[in-house]
Amino acid sequence: MKTVSKNVLFVLLGLLGAWALGVVALRRGEPVNALWVVVAAISIYLIAYRYYSLFIARRVLELDDARATPAVRLNDGLDYVPTHRHMLFGHHFAAIAGAGPLVGPVLAAQLGYLPGTLWLIAGVVFAGAVQDFLVLFISMRRDGRSLGELVRMEMGETAGLITLFGTFMIMIIILAVLALIVVKALANSPWGMFTVAATVPIALFMGVYLRYLRPGRIGEVSVIGFVLLMAAIWGGGIVAQTPGWAPAFTLSALQITWLLIGYGFVAAVLPVWLLLAPRDYLSTFLKIGTIAALAVAIAIVAPNLKMPALTAFVDGNGPVWKGALFPFLFITIACGAISGFHALISSGTTPKLIATETDARYIGYGAMLAESFVGIMALVAASVIEPGVYFAMNSPAAIVGHDVATVAQTVSSWGFTIAPGQLEQTARDIGESTVLGRAGGAPTLAVGMAQILHTLMPHGDSMGFWYHFAILFEALFILTAVDAGTRAGRFMLQDLLGRFVPLFRDTNSWTANLLATAGCVAFWGYFLHQGVTDPLGGVNTLWPMFGISNQMLAGIALMLSVVVLVRMKRERYVWLPALPAVWLLACTTAAGLTKLFSDDPAIGFVAQMHRYQAALDAGTLLAPATNEADMHHIIGNAIVNSTLTALFLAVMFSVLFYTIRVTHQAWALPQRSDRETACEPAGQVAVE
Amino acid sequence: MMTGTRLRAIWRFARDAAAQLVGMPSYDDYLAHMRSHHPGREPMSREAFFRERLDARYGGKGRISRCC
Repeated sequence: MKTVSKNVLFVLLGLLGAWALGVVALRRGEPVNALWVVVAAISIYLIAYRYYSLFIARRVLELDDARATPAVRLNDGLDYVPTHRHMLFGHHFAAIAGAGPLVGPVLAAQLGYLPGTLWLIAGVVFAGAVQDFLVLFISMRRDGRSLGELVRMEMGETAGLITLFGTFMIMIIILAVLALIVVKALANSPWGMFTVAATVPIALFMGVYLRYLRPGRIGEVSVIGFVLLMAAIWGGGIVAQTPGWAPAFTLSALQITWLLIGYGFVAAVLPVWLLLAPRDYLSTFLKIGTIAALAVAIAIVAPNLKMPALTAFVDGNGPVWKGALFPFLFITIACGAISGFHALISSGTTPKLIATETDARYIGYGAMLAESFVGIMALVAASVIEPGVYFAMNSPAAIVGHDVATVAQTVSSWGFTIAPGQLEQTARDIGESTVLGRAGGAPTLAVGMAQILHTLMPHGDSMGFWYHFAILFEALFILTAVDAGTRAGRFMLQDLLGRFVPLFRDTNSWTANLLATAGCVAFWGYFLHQGVTDPLGGVNTLWPMFGISNQMLAGIALMLSVVVLVRMKRERYVWLPALPAVWLLACTTAAGLTKLFSDDPAIGFVAQMHRYQAALDAGTLLAPATNEADMHHIIGNAIVNSTLTALFLAVMFSVLFYTIRVTHQAWALPQRSDRETACEPAGQVAVE
Repeated sequence: MMTGTRLRAIWRFARDAAAQLVGMPSYDDYLAHMRSHHPGREPMSREAFFRERLDARYGGKGRISRCC
């Protein structure tokens, strides 16, 4: 009786979800409320969780609570600890939710809110959450080993090495693109710059406090840190209005680039307790708090979406990024729908903390649904602001012009009517001198969030405070990711180079450490510098490359899942990871080949290279280059970008080759051939 | 009507959950584990435990503890 009434509940939920989705997809000509999007998403998540993830857990993976997890078998009170499922959910969610799900959907809003919404929902249900769950399962059954080790175990030494190399490349691109978002948000913004700069001394203070004054009191010091942060936002507003101080914090994009590169190097060699750990505490708590606050605010304010459901830019001529809906929507929104990077987290600390096997469903599948919801909220925030403001903020000056009058005219000519005064007013509202040229997602999201939070708490000129709060919130965890990523990248580089140059193998050697850190910073610094200086580059070039690399990694994770299922003799269910894997391979290959060989120089790297080389040979200059050095610069960048894109594709197809080979062999065998750790009954291990 | 013990349990859960967000396991659980599994061994002090966990999370061999 109880199951019947439960099923009836889910049938009603299904009807509600379908109705909401119908409103979102079909209503035209009158404003659609953001709550429709939220209701559609949540109903579908709940149904997918209740039925699809249960099917995966019971039928496909046959999760078994009688089987001891690594946390139980290897319990050491440190790395391996059986952890309460809700606590572990929080731990896992805090690790997977970063800037990715906030930025991608904002950039994808140029197509209208509908394509992004549909891909976020369908992608997470059939691909993203499935990937996270499967990798978590595979790692959990192998003592919590990392993705690279898992690939090596199940697919061979070479495939493992290729995966490690691929992971290093994606790391470099991620760090560059994250740093670029910060540069775009802070350039010529004394308020933002002061606030973000203030986080460094605040974190140093917290580090010393935690080390010497009150060791281990994370909660206490985080509260102090939070109060100081709020004071820094307030102080930033004063600094920006003080003629004597504002110029000191008004830095150009190029200046911030060099600051960040220097910062990245120093932060990555400082002891972790001094800067990295305390800022991680601040950014994590602020992130979770802000996401929760945004959810509540959207539910109460219930804003209308001003962006149309579909814009004319689905044909591929959008100003924010170039390329048609297929494949570029599926590259632009990676995190939130499916993110390969999660495969690294799901094979990191989480599998070592799972108390019982069935928890893997709630943590692997469930946490990814929550991240997708973060993506939905970002899309909502970008769609509630005036579309004219959205396009003015995100379009490069080369397309829309440099001053408000020209920009307003160009954007209005696309059908998104906006007056120059409105752009100036928006800038004044948020306490900035301009909103133009603020591509990268973070500022747009900040304007949207400020608008929603301001409506919730309409208090004088609080827009500026909320805008800079949102900028701080993103910059804080991006900077944490930059130094943590540089550290991780340094170890990966040492691991890779150590195979050829013995000097690098010693991770305690200061020479090797400094060289590898400098190498890692130089790699991402190059792409960051390119993104800031190359007028054709920037978010336009880097974000698709990030998307391609992230989806490449997701492809690898899903191919690993295919191999493991076949080796477990569960061939019957191989479609479960194989279908999303094929889809990702198709998107990544299509996007990679388009970026390489499109005839349109605005999209294709090779065409761009030829066009500028031909002009250079003819002795002429092509806009936006103003001298011969610029021309060489653009050509050089096109060569690097095309090489990297080709490498991503090569990595993906070599892993595909090993997948087919191993799958073929395992299929023919009559028995299982996977390398799972032997089963130990949970009952025999003393559980606390 | 909530009793004091229940409130304390909720507070403890919230505190441990917040620490777990940043990858810091519970020191009390560690002590309990050492007592039950390794009664002969001297457990680390709170300070030493905190430092050990900090290095494991951030200083570890290329371990990636967060996403983009």
